[in-house]
Amino acid sequence: MPPITLLEAIRQGISEEMERDSRVFVLGEDVGIYGGAFKLTEGFIEKFGAERVIDTPISESAIVGAACGAAMMGMRPVAEMQFIDFISCCFDVLTNYAAKSRYRQGVGIPIVVRGPCGGGVHGGPFHSQNVEAFFLNTPGLKMVEPSTPYDAKGLIKAAIRDDDPVLFFEHKLLYRNPKIKQEVPEEDYIVPIGKAAIRREGRDITVVTYGAMVYTAMEAAERLEEEGIEMEVIDLRTLQPFDREAVIESVKKTSKVIILHEATRTGGMAGEITAVINEEAFEYLDGPVMRVTAIDTPVPYAPPLEEFFLPQVADVLKAARALARY
Amino acid sequence: MSSKTELELARIEREHALFLLREMLRIRRFEEKAIEMYSLGHIRGFLHLYIGEEAVAAGAMQSLTRDDNIVATYREHGQALARGIAAGSLMAEMYGKSTGCSRGRGGSMHFFDASRRFYGGYAIVGGGLPIAVGLALADKMLARRAVTACFFGDGAVAEGEFHESMNLAALWKLPVLFLCENNLYAMGTALARHQSQTDIHLKAEAYGVISETVDGMDVLAVESAVRRAAEFVRESGHPFLLEIRTYRFRAHSMADPDLYRTKEEIEEWKKRDPISVFEAYLRELGMLADDDVVRIEAEVAAEIDEAVAFAEAGTWEPVEDLLMDVYTTTGLPD
Ligand SMILES: Cc1ncc(C[n+]2csc(CCOP(=O)(O)OP(=O)(O)O)c2C)c(N)n1
Ligand SMILES: [Mg+2]
Repeated sequence: MPPITLLEAIRQGISEEMERDSRVFVLGEDVGIYGGAFKLTEGFIEKFGAERVIDTPISESAIVGAACGAAMMGMRPVAEMQFIDFISCCFDVLTNYAAKSRYRQGVGIPIVVRGPCGGGVHGGPFHSQNVEAFFLNTPGLKMVEPSTPYDAKGLIKAAIRDDDPVLFFEHKLLYRNPKIKQEVPEEDYIVPIGKAAIRREGRDITVVTYGAMVYTAMEAAERLEEEGIEMEVIDLRTLQPFDREAVIESVKKTSKVIILHEATRTGGMAGEITAVINEEAFEYLDGPVMRVTAIDTPVPYAPPLEEFFLPQVADVLKAARALARY
Repeated sequence: MSSKTELELARIEREHALFLLREMLRIRRFEEKAIEMYSLGHIRGFLHLYIGEEAVAAGAMQSLTRDDNIVATYREHGQALARGIAAGSLMAEMYGKSTGCSRGRGGSMHFFDASRRFYGGYAIVGGGLPIAVGLALADKMLARRAVTACFFGDGAVAEGEFHESMNLAALWKLPVLFLCENNLYAMGTALARHQSQTDIHLKAEAYGVISETVDGMDVLAVESAVRRAAEFVRESGHPFLLEIRTYRFRAHSMADPDLYRTKEEIEEWKKRDPISVFEAYLRELGMLADDDVVRIEAEVAAEIDEAVAFAEAGTWEPVEDLLMDVYTTTGLPD
């Protein structure tokens, strides 16, 4: 099998699940005839037919609401947001219905809501966001963001098989990035939800990150190696529930932590992870838990502003060098 | 005496006709330049063009006053130009320069100019409709006799915002002129594949809103239909929905390979090109000669060249200002 892109991996994952389980279907704007705005579901309508590859009007609330209803009846809907930013249009049905149904009425809502997230493509304020923090405060929703093709395929399959609602974020910069192409196994496999991966081992500083920022962290780690600083890079893969054990384990080893994410700072994943570290590994820390994140503004369009807004390798290096001095 | 008046009238009409032609050409040439600058990498991100739909913005804008409010979508270059926002400030916005109408923070989909009552440029489909209702609500509260003209696509009709806004505007008797630009496609999804009722204007009836349709490829028809509709809204204070039937000649955006409609269909619509058809019409009436076309094209070309020069000369917003206007306070945290 030749190496594949992250986009191809997700495509294969959904396609295989549709072959394996007739209850799985996809719906969303332009997912059928058009093949998806990013061409992720290209060829699906020909392969599975218009009944299982449903082109919808521009109706995010009804798309996800209908997915919830179908899921209650035992179906396994995979709904696409053309850009993940538009998930704000179905906030109610996700946070009030999907998230609470099992708790409130004992009926699970096994849906996947997936779509492209993230900046760096000059998409401006409504086509570049990372939305995880909007949902972090809602018990009942799981959230996943893969960084490699292997994980993307294994995680989308796990998400589809999961009995809870899963929000699945796909960084658009990674979709077709040839540098991260990977071979994936021919046989069926999943990557379990809730398990982080250690991308690089190190003794001095832990970087907890996910999505496209994994590569920023890896680049920083390589540079720091030259300075004699060993960085351990943890790729969370699942944001909710995140792998506390893996994080705490690493903190106990390195005693210094940076949390790196592309989403804005205030009320983000980093704050939450910091709190957990404080609660569970405070006495192991040799320095403050540091955050490297986007700045607290909307995503600006102007290329120099966007670059400044997004966390860069240099920002990680700066935090790591400061932390190393403790 | 009467013959002189008639002559003057005819001259004014001719001037107006040439003005309409010029407005459409400004949009067409601006969009063509945008394509060029996009392929050169000066314009980034997502770019949605108005080519084919020029008669809609050019016609509609003539029938609205400076006091009226405009709300548009991400495919808003035509409206912004026809509204009188300087082409340079629009081009600069697409370049991302601080001299752009949104300081380079928004780009192609987010033009804005409150001084011209141009309230966006909005990249969330359907998102502009409730905002338009609010503008009109304030106008009513403030006893301003203005119309809020809200442009949106056929695709937006599928969003709840459309229905909620129609109901509110009717229920609260608000002066909103809903202008649906029905170009038969919501990205790659044809109208009949996204609407159970494809006669969009009929939806208005359920809300007690009067509606009409008009040929959006005919600039004179658009102008007069919008004039009548705007007058109705202004006089009565009630909303009105005008469904303007049009077609985009280019793909949905620069990223779209345009494989969901046939070449024949596009060619068929191109025969109704709002610019060439209007040109031919004016020639037939003897209102337009070759010289006129050459002159207008030259003027438009000069304006576009100037716009590009303005955009290129513009500077980037300094990164230190990034936090400015998130809130009313300023300054970066350390
Ligand atoms: C809430 C939301 N959903 C989806 C999109 C993605 N999207 C952008 S334009 C578009 C099609 C809109 O079609 P229409 O309203 O007919 O306007 P047109 O592009 O034809 O002018 C879609 C689906 C979006 N911008 N916002
Ligand atoms: Mg349309």
